[in-house]
Order: sequence, then structure tokens, then C-alpha cells
Amino acid sequence: MSMPPDDLLPVTGAPPDPGRSAVMIQVRRLWQSETGLAPILLGLAALVVYFTIRSSVFLSAGNITNLFIQGTIFILLGMAEIWLLLMGDIDLSVGYSAGIGGAVGVIMTNTVHHWPWWIALILAVAACTLVSGMWGVFCVYLRLPSFIVTLAGQIMLAGVLLFLINSQGNSGGSLPVQEKVLHNLVYGDFTPLATWITILAAVAILAWMILRGDQRRRSAGLEGKPMWLTILKVAVLAAAGILLIIIFNKNRSTFTVLNGMPFAIPIDVGVLGLGTFILTKSRAGRYIYAIGGNVEAARRAGINVNRYRILAFMFSGATTGVAGLLYVSNLNGISTGIEGGQYVLYAVAAAVIGGTSLFGGRGKMIHAVIGGLVIATIANGMALINVSAAGLYMVTGLVLLAAVVVDSVARRSSANSAV
Amino acid sequence: MTSSPESPRSATSGDGPATGGSGDSASNFLLSLRGLAKNFGPVQALKHVNLDIPAGQVTALIGDNGAGKSVLIKTISGIYPPSAGNIYWKGREIHVHTPRDSSELGIATVYQDLALCDNLDIVQNMYLGREETRSGVLDEIKMELATKSLLTDLAVSTVKSVRQLVGSLSGGQRQAIAVARAVMRDSQLVIMDEPTAALGVSQTAQVLELVRTLADRGIAVLLISHNLNDVFSVADRVAVMHLGTLVSEGPVAQYDTSSAVDLITTGGSLRAPASPAPAN
Repeated sequence: MSMPPDDLLPVTGAPPDPGRSAVMIQVRRLWQSETGLAPILLGLAALVVYFTIRSSVFLSAGNITNLFIQGTIFILLGMAEIWLLLMGDIDLSVGYSAGIGGAVGVIMTNTVHHWPWWIALILAVAACTLVSGMWGVFCVYLRLPSFIVTLAGQIMLAGVLLFLINSQGNSGGSLPVQEKVLHNLVYGDFTPLATWITILAAVAILAWMILRGDQRRRSAGLEGKPMWLTILKVAVLAAAGILLIIIFNKNRSTFTVLNGMPFAIPIDVGVLGLGTFILTKSRAGRYIYAIGGNVEAARRAGINVNRYRILAFMFSGATTGVAGLLYVSNLNGISTGIEGGQYVLYAVAAAVIGGTSLFGGRGKMIHAVIGGLVIATIANGMALINVSAAGLYMVTGLVLLAAVVVDSVARRSSANSAV
Repeated sequence: MTSSPESPRSATSGDGPATGGSGDSASNFLLSLRGLAKNFGPVQALKHVNLDIPAGQVTALIGDNGAGKSVLIKTISGIYPPSAGNIYWKGREIHVHTPRDSSELGIATVYQDLALCDNLDIVQNMYLGREETRSGVLDEIKMELATKSLLTDLAVSTVKSVRQLVGSLSGGQRQAIAVARAVMRDSQLVIMDEPTAALGVSQTAQVLELVRTLADRGIAVLLISHNLNDVFSVADRVAVMHLGTLVSEGPVAQYDTSSAVDLITTGGSLRAPASPAPAN
């Protein structure tokens, strides 16, 4: 139901006449198939309303900013999973793989080795890319199921991570971040002015892309979306941008001045943008969807299935590497106590809550963002209203179950109405 | 259309070699098979098959289950290497080892499973593996325009939008998309395996109409079918297989339902016309 070139999905048979029924059709289409995001966005809104009523702190600028940072690890690992879920594969090792990426970043930049930060960051991402690529090679050339390969990988990587941390002398099971840039990935902020400029520029670029895409379709004589929908989209985008600027630029500290957008946000958005671009605008992305939809058809169409599967594993690995760096930045270090297994489950949950199918062929990068925010919202809100860890797990599990139910019901109804 | 000998021919009798330029008529055919055989161990799936497929005509390949129809098309399309015999494409001998070889020659095979991705839309399926790009970025507009105009050309008018997901299409529409994709790739021979097997009456009519349209565009169609009604309504030529042998081949006018049934079930027919064809 949610497809790659979503800004090209046609408005079939419904000419953009301003009639009321046309509007209703549009709204229904938006709800049903445009992105498939509507139900989960409503769910997220309900969560926000609930926590706002229960806690006066929840909707404060400081807490919302905090929530975004909490969500980062779920969002990035969720995006890493989506590369694979789209092909019907999975990677159970991303949690520990991220830990290894983070550890590489921490170790290379610490006071002993003191490598330039950018080499360390590149090395960290490269290490994760290599690891995932290796899983890909096993899955593709030995025809092993990714579930088992990466399960073995998870156990191995947990060992490798222990080895890495313990190899740094008397670490006591944890290594601190000792480099400013790595620390600032999460804790550094744009100045308020830079926040304004960055977000407005991002909104302007997106709006321009939407409008230009529409314009090009129209001038080619293809039916496009009605103008009002495009304008609505751009307006929502602009409003969201302004809202974020206001939130980020509020002072979050009671003792000192702490404001501006954390660096983690543009990093998330950058990974999201790059992933979405590859998936929707490039051959590689098209082939990843095709492999997930019907691998035999992809093969017969002359697609080098093996190559693109391994490529997707490597994209996933690179995303995992970024996640690992933000993880160590957020925790200010890496310890042997990292719950790598737990993070994998949350990553898959984030993707699925957002609307990505576990069975391949259906999903988008943005799903991980929404799903990750839902998970972070629950964790954040539950902590504010003093719910125990027991309750937190139960509710998170319920939300995941609800997301899957809503998704399958929606899919069934759209399949029935499709004929 | 072609000045070939038009008499139904037993596969074991008249088999002039199809080397082009020797004054032989085989060079007028798009595809010619001579003495084609295929063994799977001791099992002889194809025995010395001679078959000519002319351009711009629909050749129906009929036969009972296990007669060797599927093995024959898989051999032509490069899935099975032949055990013996030659394949001539426009009079020149060719060797197809992989499906890619045959599709590069211009042979497209539309199998029963159609090989479509349900999660992609019509345009994406049409261009799968051959996407148009503009400086590395998919050129959706160009692909959509071309798809629309091709579907219009082929008179496939039942799809509402080329941006519909293929998974939401009916069986006939899916068949039409699979065929249109073959046409889009400049195929000169389209092989269709039981295209109407799973379809209702009106959708069958649509698909047969499409088959006719292909032939009218000069494309050779090799149509495998169990359904004699379909065969007699759309085919120009008929080829009958029985137990791995091509038992009869000729213009459709020389067959009727009862002779075709005889040929399919017993490999021979007293009612099958044995006289030379009216043309020539």
C-alpha cells in the first residue's frame, strides 16, 4: 500500500475539480494508501495528548527536545532494519554492531590514539558496513537465512565488543568519550540563528522539490495531485518547521542558557533523506523493492539480485554505524553493559510500528522515524508519570501489537477494495 | 504472408536443413527449429522437432499434458540447452544458453506466473531492470509517458491508471501488462504460456485481442494453449505436439476441432488434411 514514488502516486480518475466528493476521495486516499501513515500518526497524537494531560512537563520544549534525542537510536537502527526488511531479510546483530561502531569511534579518538575525529567516524561507519556486508555475503552466496546468520552474528559481535573494550587496558568495562566532536554529535547545539537558517532552508528545499515535481508532471501532461493537496503539504511542512524552530530555540536549562537544535537532529534527517532518495529515486532502491516483492521476477528482469542484496546489507550497516556513533555520544561512552539484543527488537518494532512489512516489499525510511518517536514517546512519558519498567514494557508491546493489527486490517480492506 | 510450403508436415518426414541462403525458404521464418531434441537422462522430452514460426502471425502450440510444449518453449528461451538439433533465428543459426541470450535476440517468454512484482506499479514493472534515468536519477515522467502511450497503442484500455499497483489488477490486466512489457523491450517473438488459463470469459477475450494486436504489429506470437476455442479464434498457424514429437503443423484453416483433438490425443488423425495447402 505504501510505495516508493509516493509523490508520483496518481490521483486516478479524480480530476481536480473542487467538488466536495473529490475532496472526500482525496482524504480517503490519503488515509488508505497515500502513505499508510495516518493511523500511526493519530496514535502518536493520542499518546502526546494523554501524556500532556498527565504531566505538565511532557510538552515542555526541553522534554520534547530530549524525546527526539531519546528516539534517535530507535530511529537510526530502525532505518538500518528497513533496508533489509524491504527484501524480507532481517539483521539481528545491529545492536552489537552499533556498539562496535561506537567503540571504534571512542577508542580511535581517545587520549591514547588521538586520531582525527573525522577519520574515526569514517572508520566506525566503515566497520559496521563491512560487518553487515559480510552477513550479506553469507546470506546471498551460501543461501542462508538472514535470521540465522545474523543471530550467530549477534552472539559473535557481543564477544567482539567485549574484546574491544577490554583490550583498552584497565577500562573497568566502559570507555568514556574523550573527544569534543564525538561528544557534540548529540550534546552540541546549533545557535538559535543557525537553527532558524537550517530548518528554513530544509523546508524551502523540500517544498521546492514537491512543487517542482508536481510542475514537471503537469507540464508533461500527466495527471497530478490537485493543487490544494500540494499546497496543504507544503503548508504542513512549513508549520512543522516553524514549530520545531520554536521548540529548539527555547531555553531548556534553569541555570544557564541552553538552546538551539541538537546536532543529532540534522544527522537523523540527513540519513532519512539519503535513504529515501536511494529507495525512491535510484535503480538500487527500485531493485530492493522488486527483490522484496518477487525475487524471481527481479531475477528474470535481468537484475543482479545477489549484488543488490549485498548492497542493501551494506547500506544497513552504514546506517548502523551512524546509530552507534550517536549512541556513544549520547551515553558519553561505551560499556560492556550495552543491551544490543534489546535494541534490535526495538529497531524492528520501530520499523513495523511505522508501517513497514516484515515480509518484504513494503516500507519506507520515514516509518522508522515515526515508529522510533512512538517508542521514545512511550518511554519518555511513562517515566514522567512514574510508571514502572514493568508497565513500560507491557505498553510498548501492546502498541507494537496494535500497530501490526491496524496494518493488517488496513491492508485487507484495501486489498478488497482494490478490484 | 510467407511464401513457405504451407502443408502440414510430419516432424519425421520433410526436414530440409534451414541454412539460410541455400534457396531454402527457412530464412523467411523468424525462428526455425530443426531436429531439436531434449533428453532428461533416459527420458526423451523432445524428439526431433522441426518447427517454423513466421513473423506477424500467431502460431498456436497445442498438445496434451506432458506432450513437451513447456520443454519446447523453455529450450527456445534458453532455460534448457537442447540435446541435439539446431535453432535458426532469421535464417542464422543461434545458440541460446541463458534466458538473457534469448531476450537479447528479441525473444520474450511470458510464463504463467507472469513474473510481475505486485508491490510495484505498472510503470515500475514495465521498466523493471531497464529503468530510464536522468543523470542517475530515475526518470519517472519519461517512463510513465512511454507506458501510457504503449498501453494505448496495444488498446489495453481497462487499467485506470499506470500508477496502479500491479497487485491490484485483475488476471487479464496482469497478463496484458506482462505482454506489454515484452513488446516494450522490442521483442520480435513473444512466447505465451497458457495466457488464458486462469481467466474468465471477458478477460480471455481481452487477452486474445491483445495477442491479435501483437501479430498485427508484425510480432511473431507462439501461443501455448489447452483451449481449442482460443486457438481457433486467434491463431494463424497450428502446431500439435504428442509425446515429445511435433505431429502436425500448418495453417489453422486445415484443422478443425475434431482433427485437432485427434492429433492431441493420439498423435494422428484420419480427419487431418493431408493434401497440400491451397496457397502454393
